[in-house]
Amino acid sequence: MTAHEVLPIDREFTPRLALRKRLGTLFGILSALAIIIGLTTLGLLIADVVRDGWHVLSWDFLTSYPSRRPEQAGIRSALVGTFYILILVAIIAFPLGVAAAIYLEEFAPRNRLTAIIEVNISNLAAVPSIVYGLLGVGVFVRTFMLGRSLIAGALTLSLLVLPIIIIASREALRAVPPSIREAGLALGASHWQTVRHFVLPAALPGILTGTILALARAIGETAPLITIGALTYVAFTPKSLFDPFTVLPIQIFNWISRPQAAFHERAAGGIIVLLAVLLLFNGLAIFLRARLQRRIRF
Amino acid sequence: MTTEPFLAPVTTPAERREWILRLLTGTQRVDRIRRLRESIILSLLFLSALISVATTIGIIYTLSIETFHFFQRVSLIDFLTDTQWTPLFTEKHFGIWPLLTATLLVSAIAMLVALPLGLLAAIGLSEYASPRLASIVKPILEILAGVPTVVYGYFALLFVTPLLKRFIPQLEVFNALSAGLVMGIMILPLVASLSEDAMRAVPQSLREGAYALGATKLEVVWRVVVPSSLSGIVAASILAISRAIGETMIVAIAMGQVPRLTLNPLVAMETMTAYIVQVSLGDTPHGSLEYQTIFAVGTALFLITMVLNLLSYRFLQRFREVYE
Repeated sequence: MTAHEVLPIDREFTPRLALRKRLGTLFGILSALAIIIGLTTLGLLIADVVRDGWHVLSWDFLTSYPSRRPEQAGIRSALVGTFYILILVAIIAFPLGVAAAIYLEEFAPRNRLTAIIEVNISNLAAVPSIVYGLLGVGVFVRTFMLGRSLIAGALTLSLLVLPIIIIASREALRAVPPSIREAGLALGASHWQTVRHFVLPAALPGILTGTILALARAIGETAPLITIGALTYVAFTPKSLFDPFTVLPIQIFNWISRPQAAFHERAAGGIIVLLAVLLLFNGLAIFLRARLQRRIRF
Repeated sequence: MTTEPFLAPVTTPAERREWILRLLTGTQRVDRIRRLRESIILSLLFLSALISVATTIGIIYTLSIETFHFFQRVSLIDFLTDTQWTPLFTEKHFGIWPLLTATLLVSAIAMLVALPLGLLAAIGLSEYASPRLASIVKPILEILAGVPTVVYGYFALLFVTPLLKRFIPQLEVFNALSAGLVMGIMILPLVASLSEDAMRAVPQSLREGAYALGATKLEVVWRVVVPSSLSGIVAASILAISRAIGETMIVAIAMGQVPRLTLNPLVAMETMTAYIVQVSLGDTPHGSLEYQTIFAVGTALFLITMVLNLLSYRFLQRFREVYE
C-alpha cells in the first residue's frame, strides 16, 4: 500500500445526500421490478396453460390412451408410466443417495479420494440431463441389453437425481449439531450407532424434503428419456419392468410437436396435470418439513 | 421384591472372578460381531459414494467409445472447420459450428435476461426486502426453476413467439429469440438464489462499517456487498451459462431443427441438444454414422459444461474459504 492519498484541502466535499439516497431508492425499485418480472412470467405461464387446456380436462382425458384423433386422445399410458418411474427412481436412488451422503458427511476421511468424490458430485449435479440420456443408451439400453424399457429409464433418471439427493442429504446431516454426536459417543455408542440412532433421525426431515424435490425433478425430465428411446406413442400400460413406456412430459412434447391446434390443447391439458402433480409434491415436501421439524428441536 | 437370583450362586471370590471374566469375554464377542457388522455397513456406504465416480466414468466411457468410432469415419479437422452440419442428408457435412453457434447464441440471449434480472432480484431479496418478505418471495421465485422444461417449451412456442410476432413481423415460427428469453426466465432463480446466498454470507459488520462512514444504501450494495460476494456471484453466473448450454427441451420445441450458421435470432436454428433429440426421435440403428454423431455432439457438450462446472466450483470454494 502506498501512503494515504491527501485530498486537496480546497476541494470541497459535496454530500449530495438527497440525490444519493434517491438513487438507492431507485435501485430498490429496479430490483423489485426484476422480481416482479419473474413472478409475472410465472403467472402468465400458468394462466396461458390453464386457458388453453382447461376445457380438455375430464375423466376421459385421464383414462384414455393417446389417439390419432385429438378429441379422443388421453394421458392414461403417460400417467401410469410416470407413476412407475417415480416409484422405481425412489426405490433405487433414495437408499443410494442417503448412504453416500452419510459416508461423505460422517465417515469419509479428509483425503484426496474424498475430495475427488466431492468435486465429482458437484459436477454431476450440473451435467446436462441429455448427457445422462446418452449414458443410459450406452450402458443400460445397449450394454445391459435392457432395451427401451421402464427399468432402463428408471435407472437413467436415478443416476440423474442421485447427486441432488446426496447434496440435500448432506446439508440435512450437516445441520445436526455436533453435540448430538458427542452425546451419543459419550454414552458408549459406536460411531455407526450414533449416526444410525441419533444423527439420522434428526436429519430425516431435511433428507426426505430433498428426496421429494429430487423426485419432482425426475417426473419433469423429458430429454434423457427421449434419448434412451422412450416411445412417444404408447397405447398400452407397461406390464413388467422390461416393457416399453412413456411418461407425461414425453406425451406433452409429442402433442406440442404436432401441427394441429387441437393437439396443442391436449398438451396444455397434460401440462395442467403435470403441474398439479408437481404442486402436490412440493406441498408434501413443505408439509413434511414443517411437521417433522416440530418434533425435533435442538 | 425378591432378591436377585442371578447373583446368588456367586459367593466365593474364585467364583466371582470367573463370573466377571465370562461377562467380559462375552462383551468382547459382542464387540467383535458389532465391529464386523459395522465395517460391512461402512464399506456399503463407501460403495454408494463411489457410484457417483462410476457414473462419471460411465459417461466418459460411453461418450468416448462412440466418439472414437465417429472420428474413424469423419476427420477431426472437418468436425472443427466445416461450416455445414448435414449428417442426415445424402451430401453429408460434419462441421459442428452451426450447432455450436446456435447453442451459444441462445445461451447469450438467456444470459442477457438471467444475469441482470437475477442479480437485481438477489440484491432486492438480500438487501432491500425484510427477512419475512424474502422468505415468502424466494420460494415462489424458485417455483420457476421447478417448472419442467417441456412446459417452458410450450410457453415459448405458443405464447411468447405469437406475442413477439406482433412487434417483429418477420419473426419465424421457430426462432432463437423467444427460446432465449424464456430460457433466461427459467435460469433467473438459479442466479438469484445462489447470488443471494453469497450476499447473505457477507458479514453484517462490513455493511455497518460502511454505513458508519456515511455511505448510503446504494453505495453499501455496490461498493461493499457486491464486491465481497463477487466470487459467489461469478460462480452462479458460470453455472447459469452451463445450464443454458445444456438446456434441451425449450430449444428442441421452440427453436427448430434447421442447422444453419447464422447470428440472426429471428430465424430457426438447431442447437447441439436439439440435434441429439432430433436423432433420438428417429429410429437410428446402432453403429450407424447418425447414431455416432449424437455421441460426438454429446462429447462436445459434456466437455464444455464440465469445464464451466469445475470453474464455478473453484469460485464457490474460494467464497466459502473467506467467510467460514
